[in-house]
Amino acid sequence: MPMLQVSIWRGREQGGYVDYEVPRHASQTVLDVVTHVQRHLEPSLAYRFACRVGMCGSCAMSVNGVARWTCRTHVADVAVGDRLQVAPLANLPVVKDLVTDMREFFDKWARAKGTFQSRRTRDDDFARVPPSSPARKLADAGIECIGCGVCYASCDVVAWRPDFLGPAALNRAWTLVNDERDIAQHERLRAVAGDAGCHACHTQGSCVERCPKHLAPAAAIAGLKRVTARAAMRGKL
Amino acid sequence: MTMTMDGATQARRWYRQRISAMVLALCVLVHLVTIIYAVRSGLTAEALLARTRGNIAFAAFYAVFVLACAVHVPVGLARIGEEWLGLRARAADAAANVFALVIVVMGATAVYAMVHG
Repeated sequence: MPMLQVSIWRGREQGGYVDYEVPRHASQTVLDVVTHVQRHLEPSLAYRFACRVGMCGSCAMSVNGVARWTCRTHVADVAVGDRLQVAPLANLPVVKDLVTDMREFFDKWARAKGTFQSRRTRDDDFARVPPSSPARKLADAGIECIGCGVCYASCDVVAWRPDFLGPAALNRAWTLVNDERDIAQHERLRAVAGDAGCHACHTQGSCVERCPKHLAPAAAIAGLKRVTARAAMRGKL
Repeated sequence: MTMTMDGATQARRWYRQRISAMVLALCVLVHLVTIIYAVRSGLTAEALLARTRGNIAFAAFYAVFVLACAVHVPVGLARIGEEWLGLRARAADAAANVFALVIVVMGATAVYAMVHG
């Protein structure tokens, strides 16, 4: 049976790669490989997954140096010869082995005012938002984010500027900026403007390149730059 | 790196840089066409100066060009100073503003020389 040589990160911030030999199969995913190692070779290996079908976003890891969903990545597409390297996502603290601490990532969503705020109550009628309205279309373009952290791990600005809110949080903010029901627009624009916000982005586009959902956080950030500039020039920021 | 600049300032800077970039795109195009025309037609320095002396349109165009540079360049330079040279925001701003002043002085001198020299 053909074998795959897999190097997997073991440890925390300090640690090293350990090599394992895993049998290759047709249509095998990287998550299958990691699962094989944990079930048969290294029971103490820590990793995170849930749905296995690209819906939950919890199995993102760095595969051969590139952040990916391991459940939707075929070994045949990424293995170099018979070798594969699997590491925890970059730009996040490592809890153990392949598991990262996502707290800072999601705290930044909160810092970017990524929470929907409405004036309506359950007693009010539904808001009617035409799906064809320009703002709704802009919101729709970014709304499918499932918070996997692939863009955040791929962003060089996050790497050199740890306080940068990052592509996912800013993308979330942009969907709410375009939500006509939301009432926290002023606070949100203030939260996303400046050195730690949209103005730190250099539009390198790794987030767009790597997003497994094919979203464009860089375009969302460009939108935030336009809207914050408009507000600032009117003295409303 | 320190967080020193408020969002509104950043947003206004971005706007100024964007608008000046639009002006520069046009200016650079006109400038390049002018250069290519002047070189290809084999005009001497004397002949060129004969055309630009007292030419208010020339002066106005290049004055706008210089001003657009002076607005556009320091915004980016301050960023580079912060990110690549590790300067504090204030120091980076100061250095960028000095550079902008140099652009204005050198540019104004060149425009003056072209029209009145």
